Amino acid sequence: MARLAGPGVLIGAVLAAALIGAIMLLILGANPLSGYGALFDGAFGSTKNLANSALKAMPLLLVGAGISVAFRTGVINIGGEGQIIAGAILSTLVVLAIPDLPRFLLLPTAFLFGAIGGAIWGGMAGALKSYAGVNEILSTIMLNIIAVQIMNLLLRGPLMDPGEIERGSRIPHTERLSTNADLPILPGGTRLHLGVLVAVAMAVLCYVVLFRTTQGLRLRASGHNPFASLYAGMSVKRNVVLAFVYSGAMCGLAGVTLVFGSEGHRLATDGGATTFTGAAGFNGIVAALFGGLHPIWTIPASFLFGALLVGANALQREVQVPAALIQALNGLVVVFVVGSLQARLRLSRAASEMGREDELSDTDAADGERTSGKAVPP
Amino acid sequence: MSDFLTVSVLLATIASAIRLATPFLLAALGETIGQRSGVLNLGVEGVMLLGAYGAYYATLRTDSVMFGILISLVVGGVMGIAYGVVTLALRAEQGISGIGIFIFGLGLSDLLFQKQVGTPTPIDGLGDVAIPLLGDLPVVGEVLFHQNALVYVAFLLVPVLWFVINRTPFGLNVRAVGETPEAADSLGVSVNRTRYITIIVGNAMAGLAGGALALELGIFQQNLTNGHGFIAIALVYFGAWRPIGVMAGAMVFGLVSATVLQWKTLGIVVGTTASIVGMFPAVLTILVLVLVSRRTGQPSALTRPFQRGH
Repeated sequence: MARLAGPGVLIGAVLAAALIGAIMLLILGANPLSGYGALFDGAFGSTKNLANSALKAMPLLLVGAGISVAFRTGVINIGGEGQIIAGAILSTLVVLAIPDLPRFLLLPTAFLFGAIGGAIWGGMAGALKSYAGVNEILSTIMLNIIAVQIMNLLLRGPLMDPGEIERGSRIPHTERLSTNADLPILPGGTRLHLGVLVAVAMAVLCYVVLFRTTQGLRLRASGHNPFASLYAGMSVKRNVVLAFVYSGAMCGLAGVTLVFGSEGHRLATDGGATTFTGAAGFNGIVAALFGGLHPIWTIPASFLFGALLVGANALQREVQVPAALIQALNGLVVVFVVGSLQARLRLSRAASEMGREDELSDTDAADGERTSGKAVPP
Repeated sequence: MSDFLTVSVLLATIASAIRLATPFLLAALGETIGQRSGVLNLGVEGVMLLGAYGAYYATLRTDSVMFGILISLVVGGVMGIAYGVVTLALRAEQGISGIGIFIFGLGLSDLLFQKQVGTPTPIDGLGDVAIPLLGDLPVVGEVLFHQNALVYVAFLLVPVLWFVINRTPFGLNVRAVGETPEAADSLGVSVNRTRYITIIVGNAMAGLAGGALALELGIFQQNLTNGHGFIAIALVYFGAWRPIGVMAGAMVFGLVSATVLQWKTLGIVVGTTASIVGMFPAVLTILVLVLVSRRTGQPSALTRPFQRGH
């Protein structure tokens, strides 16, 4: 998996996707140049736009850093969406229960319970894989659907803003949550808040855990070669659960930042599957793959994809092409990045031995088993 | 609840279960043939969304349901060619490329819908076709033989696919390629050509499954499929890679969906409880996967790209 990093290919993947995007813009009757111009301007054109890009990148980074840990342990976590929601729900419940706690206690408590919520939701997928042999790709997708339904249930029921019930408008969102849990705005006159710093700090933490601790070595070993890890006395099953717990906790934190850093300072939905998360659970995967599954490189990668998503709105305003275009292109970037893997592998073989850890996971069979639900030895 | 337990309501529920099972069945049968040849396609959901939009848009513009169906097949087939190039020619990791296809389909179907249609406009979906003679049978005729054409197609494909996989030279190739591609290759079977065919057919069926869903509902919206494609993949495990088992699984999900719908219509579930029953299919999928996890019969070469000399 480490082989995914490689600036040439990554730039190539984005350029290829951008080219296809340009063709699509032409087909949809828009001028690609003015479209991309608007996108670039909307993403990077001013301090305010840059700040918005960073804010959009924040959940992608948290999800992406967590997903790097999961992928390197050999498990595919597509449950970011559900884990974000689980973290958002649990932290919201806690803040609703103890709204008067002073800020310096309430905010950390919200983050803690957000992480716990995400960790539980992720851990379930890990436990299902390790102890019941359930393919994690399918279980995480199903857990996403369940989480969305729980959120809808709570926001249309017990958690609905009493004001909404009084007015009879019944918009599915909570009341404005305690001001003591607001993420403090950073100085500089933008909307940037503490959540952005938390995201960067967590990415660094993921890097340290993954590459500078024994536990991280165990996780990566389980991902590289589960059978050798088992032979070396590690519990691969336990590592799989742990990877999901870490990964889920990161997504849960993303949920916290989305609730307490939102402009309305509340948990809100319109019933759609990805409206609350903004599809961060999926786009975080794109950012992580683009960052070579390395938490530190995921920082700039997230910023890039956050900027693209912000720019997409400007593109929509300017040339009347829906922002969903960028979502579609993100999917293509994923396909191009993994698609270029083999071609690069052949190049790198020809160019001689590249890196030690890269070679460990070099066999196609090991890659295959990762997704087939058989990766955990008995 | 007592309203639900009347003969006419139960029969209507079964009839609707068969109809609702159809998209699951089409997609899962397509996934079955792909997996039997050793290729895992996790992009079913995305392909279904594109097929659904294609069928919806074509029907909306031409008023021809047949044209809509044709478009969903073509869209699926094109996605199949693309997925084939990525996983066979480029030998990309199948799990992650499938997720890429899913994200792509989710975005593109939403983009095209917003740009080309905008406001949800209902279309006339598939009409029911009564089968002569069989349709006149009491009770059974009403339930089984007054369905839309795609229902018949989907259920007829079960024996057809069984026959193709188990009783034809091509099916033998598919199984050989899915179990031991090296041996198949040494006997002169083109591994990748066989897989291209199964992937294209499988994706065309996923596109058709999406079309069936859109034409059944008569509408398109963002993320219309909401997990149908992923459940279809789970059904392949449930059915132990056999068409008949896949059909049984699809019927279970059809029954659950139909019951939920019927309960909503009868007012047995209202308001927030609708969210609880909305979780049923997802919870059921996880339970099913737990139950079948020890199941054997997974093609040995599943997800393993083939490369001569390895």
